[in-house]
Amino acid sequence: MRAWATRAPLLPALVFMIVVTQLPFVATLVISFFDWNALYPDDRSFTGFSNYGDVLGDAALRKSIWTTILLTVTVVLVSLLLGLLLALLLDRRFRGRAAVRTMLIAPFLLVPVAAALLWKHVLFNPEYGLFNGILNAIGGDGAAQPDWISEMPLMAVEAALIWQWTPFMMLILLAGLQSRDPQLIEAARMDGASDWKVFVHITLPHLRRYLELGVLLGSIYIVQNFDAVFTITSGGLGTANLPYTIYQTFYQAHENGLASAAGVIVVIGSIILATFALRVVSSLFREEVSR
Amino acid sequence: MAAVASTAPTTAAPPSRPVARLRSSALGIVAWLAGLAFVAPLLWMVLTSFHSEADAATNPPSLTAPLTLDSYREFFGLNGGASPWPPLINSMTASVVSTLLTLLLAIPAAYALSIRPVKKWTDVLFFFLSTKMLPLVAGLLPIYLFAKNTGLLDNIWALVILYTAMNLPIAVWMMQSFLAEVPVAIIEAAQIDGARLPTVLGRVVAPIALPGIAATALICFIFSWNELLFARVLTGVVAETAPVFLTGFITSQGLFLAKVCAASFVISLPVLAAGFAAQDKLVQGLSLGAVK
Repeated sequence: MRAWATRAPLLPALVFMIVVTQLPFVATLVISFFDWNALYPDDRSFTGFSNYGDVLGDAALRKSIWTTILLTVTVVLVSLLLGLLLALLLDRRFRGRAAVRTMLIAPFLLVPVAAALLWKHVLFNPEYGLFNGILNAIGGDGAAQPDWISEMPLMAVEAALIWQWTPFMMLILLAGLQSRDPQLIEAARMDGASDWKVFVHITLPHLRRYLELGVLLGSIYIVQNFDAVFTITSGGLGTANLPYTIYQTFYQAHENGLASAAGVIVVIGSIILATFALRVVSSLFREEVSR
Repeated sequence: MAAVASTAPTTAAPPSRPVARLRSSALGIVAWLAGLAFVAPLLWMVLTSFHSEADAATNPPSLTAPLTLDSYREFFGLNGGASPWPPLINSMTASVVSTLLTLLLAIPAAYALSIRPVKKWTDVLFFFLSTKMLPLVAGLLPIYLFAKNTGLLDNIWALVILYTAMNLPIAVWMMQSFLAEVPVAIIEAAQIDGARLPTVLGRVVAPIALPGIAATALICFIFSWNELLFARVLTGVVAETAPVFLTGFITSQGLFLAKVCAASFVISLPVLAAGFAAQDKLVQGLSLGAVK
């Protein structure tokens, strides 16, 4: 009885979350084994793994798996690198540090659709966007005026996402830098270690798990990204990632079975990512608890 | 190499040699330039929103064009056209109500994972976290079919329920870490003095946990306000949220840059405000409590 009294406060949250977020996955798994187009509801039939065959055999769907990987890897790695440089810059005293930190966080605090609209229309527009405006102002009449989104669609989406996600990486890495042991660094300096040596032998090893955390959480968020792809290119020009493809397969093409099979593939990919992510979080967590 | 020099700990004494001081202020300037570069698109958006459509669409850009409130009048439907108030109110409802529900469910759960922990509480905590890592998009279709069959399509309550579940893992994690900071000795002392559990919670735990609850609420609010995919699929005319309203600007409509900027800025304002208010706890929420 006492054990249940302790557990009672936990149950509403647990039950609610399992019902709303976990049961749908089970339903998706079941639907993925059916040939089911919502426009022909009477023709629903069990087809085993044939939807998976179709998803992996369909060139467009296969491409969207590749696009998801490419988009995620590029955005995560570039924002991690930029975030690391910015965190190192911010981990020092200088006049106006708090103001610079606030300015750097700002891109992350724009509604994702608004950020994507800003890049699509205000920055990338070939005729009067800011980028071509700046090129024109600097280069004069002969300046190049590229049509950014048509010429480099995936890069356009990536640029907008990198702008929004670099602050995220910076915040995590800055927290990592500030949790270093200052006495250890001071002692190393006393022993004559150079800045570079301190960075390689103390800072980087300490940052390792924060870098891993940034990569994994960033990947989990970016793999699921829908807003930027939907807004900037509407999935066109080879930028459709898996979330967009799932949305399109069921919302526009009404192929429930195919969409579910694609959904299950995303879940499998995410479980692989999540296994690593949980391990990193857990090691940071145990350190905090034991402290 | 900027990266090398900047590893100097913040606690180190200010450099005394002139070369070091010069390098230090140079890096300060680099940091300022980086900050300005990142915030520039946002500032440009705000500036453009106060320009007339004609001035917003010049090449090269006109920095010093006269300022006007035209696009804000246009956005708020004062010149006719769709009013943004229903979507804004829908978003506010979905975000605020789901945030309150999340807290209502998360605080007792966090209590059972920190102050009076159940057995194997770390396993439960990690179960919550693992659910956050599965992409909700994979459950989109069953959720859509369920809403369709129960008449919850185009109903803001469908989003309230979804957003509550979506944010619960983050809220449980954040609240757990905040409640774990409440010293057990204080609680025991109060109980020895004869205080009953509600009194202990209200008088002892709440004051210590309140900043944490506020930060958790702000982060849940941001995630709910930003959400597009489910809002897009589950709502139509009646329950449309602000991000869905923004998707109306995806295709170009002649000269409309100033209006896009005004709409994007107004709809982002609640998130900007909540985000700056929660700045210090932002990283903790985003890293699901792993980083403090």
